[in-house]
Amino acid sequence: MRFSFTARNLLIAAVIVLLALLPVYTAFSGSAFILTLFTRILILALAATSLNLIMGYGGMVSFGHAAYLGIGGYMVGILAFEGISSGFLQWPLAILVSALFALVIGALSLRTRGVYFIMITLALAQMVYYAGVSLSRYGADDGLTINRRSQFAGLIDLSNRTVFYYLCLALLLGTVYLVWRLINSRFGLVIRGAKSNERRMRSIGFPTYRYRLVCFVVAGAICGLAGALLANFTNFISPAMMHWTRSGDLIVMVVLGGMGSVFGPTVGAVALLVLEETLPFLIGKLGFPLFGESAARAAEYWQIVLGPMLLAIALFARGGIVGLLTRTGRD
Amino acid sequence: MTEPLLKIQGLCKRFGGVVATDDITLDIPEGELHAVIGPNGAGKTTLVSQLAGELTPDAGRILLGGTDVTSMPVWRRSLLGTARSFQITSLFPEFTARDNVALAAQAHAGHSFHFWKDARRETALRDTAHAALSRVGMGDRADVRVSRLSHGEHRQIEIAMALATRPRLLLLDEPMAGLGSSEAAGMLALLRALKRQYTIVLIEHDMEAVFALADRISVLVYGRVIATGAPEAIRANTQVREAYLGENSVAGAGDA
Repeated sequence: MRFSFTARNLLIAAVIVLLALLPVYTAFSGSAFILTLFTRILILALAATSLNLIMGYGGMVSFGHAAYLGIGGYMVGILAFEGISSGFLQWPLAILVSALFALVIGALSLRTRGVYFIMITLALAQMVYYAGVSLSRYGADDGLTINRRSQFAGLIDLSNRTVFYYLCLALLLGTVYLVWRLINSRFGLVIRGAKSNERRMRSIGFPTYRYRLVCFVVAGAICGLAGALLANFTNFISPAMMHWTRSGDLIVMVVLGGMGSVFGPTVGAVALLVLEETLPFLIGKLGFPLFGESAARAAEYWQIVLGPMLLAIALFARGGIVGLLTRTGRD
Repeated sequence: MTEPLLKIQGLCKRFGGVVATDDITLDIPEGELHAVIGPNGAGKTTLVSQLAGELTPDAGRILLGGTDVTSMPVWRRSLLGTARSFQITSLFPEFTARDNVALAAQAHAGHSFHFWKDARRETALRDTAHAALSRVGMGDRADVRVSRLSHGEHRQIEIAMALATRPRLLLLDEPMAGLGSSEAAGMLALLRALKRQYTIVLIEHDMEAVFALADRISVLVYGRVIATGAPEAIRANTQVREAYLGENSVAGAGDA
């Protein structure tokens, strides 16, 4: 038991240390690409962490979580387009409007269970997506370029890559801590109890619906913040931010890293996005001596390799990467 | 005479063509242990589910301490003092026994919109949980995960969770189901100890236990109460003998 603790915690500590030291490495190597990649990873890890709160701890498998990424992003983009570039206004509004959308979507979808819940969250998120497509003033299908990143009265300079990176890291770590406090609070126990056995929760006196709804709204709000970060990161908003495949990516990150473990989604986001970047390269390099030029073409089909890997995790490691480490330690 | 704690008036529940509860009227005074017996499919669990609030009756009224609770949701009735144990164990398997019972206590200790403080460090909840677990003889198993506990222990936790909600009315749905003989003896002793402290509606197939414990017994057949009375009266009732008990089991219960 003791070893299992260290095995898992070692991985988490290693991930945190690596993330914290990454800008130092890129400063020496002069490669901005890695820093950019990891900024994106941190932002999506934040979104996945919020999904894990409802999915991993609350049993609410939302297939429309990317909608809040889009809503948060659009708030930043629209306000910037209308000439309001203060982050002190943009970001709280991004969070607030995402929370409001989550309130409506949650109020409707939480009346259903299982597959119906998945389908309703997907359908409602698609409505938000098409709402984005129809916003002709803000670029409709083509999206909208943000000319100026959020301004924080000179306190935080988002145009500085390193500053932006560390801001994302701080927000992610802060959110992970917040989620950890939350799941061990009274509220968190109610959410987890409702996932485990909702009928019993009601019979011992909990009106579970309102607790689940609040949890859904909290997750939506956090994901809205991730959306605000993402819009600043790409300097661009478009409906593609909230495409349903993005929602699927977030679910994959949560499942891959470990559902119901506070750091799982971060580990999952790092693993998935690093694999996405490196697999084509690896297939090309490793396959070259064997298959020559055709290996380079095979590299385009890197998803054929990623797919079975995800399948194996889903089938054989129910707790994801983090769960796998915990389990091997125990046996 | 004081108002009975539980008043059931003309309760009816149909599932398609099946009448599961057929015009049941019962008064259960405070402190009574009232057993409901009947053959399989008589509608005992359906009756309990309506009393607990999981099923809404088609007709009739349920009053708890003078309050009409007929259309109240389960959780609200729990807050008013109705507690139920389930026939098929219904717990939170990934939590410890203490967490399970503390959660029941938490539901009755103000709202749970506390997002920051560690709930497992709330001593009031932990103490209530421990007291309830000790009451059912599970004090030394409190920190074991429920999924690792035996069936008999699950039945005990079921009762402890009900007790932790500080109920006025206990609805016990076959608390002895699936217990071995020594476990059943322990449960019998526990029920005897709970008698008088709580008003109890007990559904049980173990006739020996029912006749030993109950103040009054109602016999349910096809959703209808065919007889209600003291154990001796039920034993002597010819209608009950014909419909349900059969000569041998009545004689057996009489000897016990």
